Amino acid sequence: METMRVQNVTPNDLPWKIKYDASRCTLCGSCVAACSFRAIEAKVERRRMVFSEGDFPEPKQRFSAVPVIRQVKNIKNYCRGCGICEKVCPNDAIGPERNPDTRHPIITRCLGGDSIKRGGRKNLESATRTLDKIRVGRISQMTDPSLDAQRHTFDLLAPFGRIMPPKKLPLGVGPEGLLQTEANMPPVRWIYPVIIGDMSIGALSWRMWEAVAMATAYLNEECGLPVRMCSGEGGVPVRLLKSRYLKYMILQIASGHFGWNRIIKAMPHMVEDPAGILIKIGQGAKPGDGGLLMAQKVAEHIQAIRGVPKADLLSPPNHQGLYSIEESVQKMFLSFNAAFKFRVPVAIKVAASATSVSVFNNLVRDPYNIVGGFFLDGIDGGTGAAHEVSLDHTGHPIVSKLRDCYLAAVAQGRQGQIPLWAAGGLGKTGDLAADAFKMIALGANGVFTGKLILQMAGCVGNDQGRCNACNTGLCPVGITTQEGPLVHRLDPEKVAQNIVNYFLAMDTEFKKLMAPIGNSSLPVGRSDALVSTDQSVADKLQLQYVC
Amino acid sequence: MCRIGAIKSLNYVHPCQALKLMQSQQKGHDNSGFAMVMHDLGGIFEAYKDMPTLSMACTDEGVKIAEDILHEAGFQRVMQWVPETSDQPGLDIIAMPNYVFETFDYPRQYRNADQKAKEDLLVDMRLILRKALEKDELGFVYSFWPDVITLKEIGDPRDIGTYFNLWEPDKNFTARVITAQCRQNTNYDIVRYAAHPFFLQGYTALANGENTFYLKNVEFQRKLHRGYIGFESDSQCFLYSLHYVHHELGWPLSYFKHVITPLPFEDIEHREDKEQLLAIRQSLAHLEINGPNTIIGVLPDNTMFTCCDAKKLRPVVVGRTEDTVVISSEVCGINEILPDRDWETDIYPHEREVVAIDNNLEVQRWRQ
Repeated sequence: METMRVQNVTPNDLPWKIKYDASRCTLCGSCVAACSFRAIEAKVERRRMVFSEGDFPEPKQRFSAVPVIRQVKNIKNYCRGCGICEKVCPNDAIGPERNPDTRHPIITRCLGGDSIKRGGRKNLESATRTLDKIRVGRISQMTDPSLDAQRHTFDLLAPFGRIMPPKKLPLGVGPEGLLQTEANMPPVRWIYPVIIGDMSIGALSWRMWEAVAMATAYLNEECGLPVRMCSGEGGVPVRLLKSRYLKYMILQIASGHFGWNRIIKAMPHMVEDPAGILIKIGQGAKPGDGGLLMAQKVAEHIQAIRGVPKADLLSPPNHQGLYSIEESVQKMFLSFNAAFKFRVPVAIKVAASATSVSVFNNLVRDPYNIVGGFFLDGIDGGTGAAHEVSLDHTGHPIVSKLRDCYLAAVAQGRQGQIPLWAAGGLGKTGDLAADAFKMIALGANGVFTGKLILQMAGCVGNDQGRCNACNTGLCPVGITTQEGPLVHRLDPEKVAQNIVNYFLAMDTEFKKLMAPIGNSSLPVGRSDALVSTDQSVADKLQLQYVC
Repeated sequence: MCRIGAIKSLNYVHPCQALKLMQSQQKGHDNSGFAMVMHDLGGIFEAYKDMPTLSMACTDEGVKIAEDILHEAGFQRVMQWVPETSDQPGLDIIAMPNYVFETFDYPRQYRNADQKAKEDLLVDMRLILRKALEKDELGFVYSFWPDVITLKEIGDPRDIGTYFNLWEPDKNFTARVITAQCRQNTNYDIVRYAAHPFFLQGYTALANGENTFYLKNVEFQRKLHRGYIGFESDSQCFLYSLHYVHHELGWPLSYFKHVITPLPFEDIEHREDKEQLLAIRQSLAHLEINGPNTIIGVLPDNTMFTCCDAKKLRPVVVGRTEDTVVISSEVCGINEILPDRDWETDIYPHEREVVAIDNNLEVQRWRQ
């Protein structure tokens, strides 16, 4: 008799088990067709049936071949729990179920001999989020009236660009007692305090990226919200580079320099300056690691935009040729400032780290006044693809690090001179206005967000291991894939509409937070407006402890 | 809530006018103190306009320490005035043992020094004195400046007036500019320094309101100037911002308003001076104020002005006659001391204007 092989992969080893009810299934095949991971397949089972035909029991048995849906049992085509099968099943006959006994982290490494890669965010269980232990607790009552969120006007804008110390402003008093500008000042753009984070065309499907760009343009042109979108490191379609909508785009350059060949070639044809340049040094979700675009996703149009062959595209972990902060300031900032004739603010994005304050100090003291923003990305940020060990175990939470940087600036009287932008899991609970507002009161000028935008578009992934397959190029909802049939599942206009509506809702919610503290402009650094229900959080962030 | 008032006149005015101005508004404040700053002094101080006068409340030991410090620095006393007090039983006043108003001549090496050197010296001396008297509350040094006197006390303003014999006008103790306020900082601990008007290097400011950007202001101002200290009251921030914009940056007064209540971005966008206004808003974002406020200020040249928060959440009115202009939180205060004026010319400043009164009592209204 053949012994069973215990090393064989079975559904019980995998993170999700398919729950299938043959009695409800009409064998329409929708689920199998829809599963982008090929994690289910149609199979034939041999079934024994006992029956009796006469007036008295005369049990007989019959064997028949019955078509059924079965889970695929291998580590390549395993179920990610995305639930698309359940979505398309007309009869509720099938769906994934989380398997608490999964051996996936072990068998994948044992069988693959390679590290596990995935997309999404940190998936380790963590305690309540720090931001949820903070409340907007300083409410205007008798001495100063609350404002009226509906009736009063609010100034909800944040600076992007280097801000001069007041005594260095090149302003002189003219003959009529009016201040006159006597020299050039660094460019500063006042924009909406939420930037749509840097997700590249390549990481995102062309429909998704276009939907975000559409939403950005609509928010600006129709809704009056000056929202900016960062391109991510992957280039920008030439048509957009040459259009007037370029002014809403922040162009990103990272260590791979992907897409910059086309951007530079398009520069003589640009009719508008871009909103800014963001030099990406690091990313919160995978600090110390470069970009990772798997070959599966390097479709023809991606090859064209980036000027690369179909291969894994790995951005190096650091910018080759930059060895120090001082040098980066001189080389990268100066060259980008010069490239756009000092009309476009240039900022830097780094992963939050135990050393962030030193880096920030170094930049804020730069004598050239050219660093136009410090983008700080925390561990809860999302990514299209990274090694799981990086995602789950490396990085630094954003809240205290942002606060540390702000207080470092305060200690030197330099707050606001390099605008602070924070990200990393903000809006994780779906409520970005509250998270952003608290970060602003802690010292951020604004926030940036990526993963939440995907969720607005219909991303089914979550932080408990659901889906997280952005790296595979098989995104079941067409967001992070370049496969035609999958991409066409996504309706870009619907996505743009969702993003626009979310921003409009968030805008109202910002006002509902500003009104009770009696502020009509953003309370940057107004930590006295916050209280914490956790003593250690209060101590660390220098907030009032309440219970 | 505070009530604030200020008088500017072509003639020398006795502080009893300021008491009357405030007394009629007493239902609006809580009668917890009286404080005033007098600029452009008359009476016995008139002959000493160029020499600094020390205004201080202190113990006997405090007087000695302060005088020793000043003498050691080379200051020579040329005049001293001790207000005659009448300590009647039942007066609501927590008085200090001594009230010192002494005028000094500059140290010999400073007599021919330029204005800036003298200004710096006076601020440094006041800060040294303040620090020296801080321990055990030996004394409170309110101002040390030419042609300026400050008086601050805790108690019922009526009784404080009685204690200092301020209800009876006389010709010895007068000024052309008097700013006054009748409330201690009752939201927090009672600290003598916390009562406005506040004074620094010729600038005086007082406010009726609640500055909800206090923390932002304080954190920024602490690093701007050595004289920006204390912060016992959120209204001190207005003084320091005024001093910074006008004195340190050297910008015209109208830009003070652009700093504390910047125009909304969409309005700036349509202005010819957009570039300058944006630069100001950017670089001085942490001096912006929020919350309900009315401010009265006096500049070193004795120009007096008032302006409000961007939503005009606190009242103020300016009334005038041929020889006097009065700014007050409530019109009843002006009615009290300028009963015969033409009230139709009263000005109720709006949220986007600065009303400034120069030494000829010309009233200018600047729209932001």
